[in-house]
Amino acid sequence: MVDLSSARQQQVLAPTPLLKQLPPAARLVLRGRSQVLAAAADALGLPRSETPCRAVRSDVRAALWLGPDERLLLGSADAAAEMHGLLQRALAGMAHSLVDIGHGQVGFEVSGARAALALNTGCPLDLDPASFPPDMCTRTVFAKAQILLWRTGATTFRLETARSFAPYVTQILALAGRES
Amino acid sequence: MLLIECPYCGVRPELEFVYGGQAHVARPHDPAACSDEQWAEFLYWRENAKGVHAERWRHTHGCGRFFNALRDTTRDQFLATYRVGERPPAASSREREPQP
Ligand SMILES: [Zn+2]
Repeated sequence: MVDLSSARQQQVLAPTPLLKQLPPAARLVLRGRSQVLAAAADALGLPRSETPCRAVRSDVRAALWLGPDERLLLGSADAAAEMHGLLQRALAGMAHSLVDIGHGQVGFEVSGARAALALNTGCPLDLDPASFPPDMCTRTVFAKAQILLWRTGATTFRLETARSFAPYVTQILALAGRES
Repeated sequence: MLLIECPYCGVRPELEFVYGGQAHVARPHDPAACSDEQWAEFLYWRENAKGVHAERWRHTHGCGRFFNALRDTTRDQFLATYRVGERPPAASSREREPQP
């Protein structure tokens, strides 16, 4: 597929120690029953996992639990077609839905000792590592926007939001970063 | 902030949820055989409970799933939440005291 959006892959913000925009990525939303999710994990070389609100990953790919029958599959931007092919072969004949949302949302990395504090200015979840440990991921809200939040490390989060919400989310986060 | 326990994700802030109306409203098996009154009752007639009410909620900004809840409408207190297809929890668990 021709990437018509590449012309408008504008940088939403200049990177700061707190917040930086991640490069474009392959994003596929897969929905199906357990055997579909297991077959997809096998095909992509990811561990099978049904644990709610947890991400599993390999060197190049990740599967994020979005719901009991829903996973967000992440990879590098140039691997989208390859992932699509692997999944279509592995899931042939099984009822499922596979949607490419790669251009629909943008990813950011929020990191540093004050990352959780800055996120909590707009997100009501308890981000203490005891209740939101590394590898936990979930859809939630940030101020008025829906986001996907994934704790990728002790003080590092990956935040994904709809492209149109990105300026809103990042401007509030940048403000929080200055204040916190 | 009111906390609601999603049966899949655990305890989450109310902001992430939307209300989905009364639970356990069964669609008639054969709508064509219903009288106008029966069909209108299915479509429009709902309880207006003062007390424990079984209702649907959706974890919109979370796992996206619908689930059911027992809520005391006089105190806006959630007594239990359970997955679609499960029966409402027994009366004993409905008698919980208000949380401090
Ligand atoms: Zn949920």
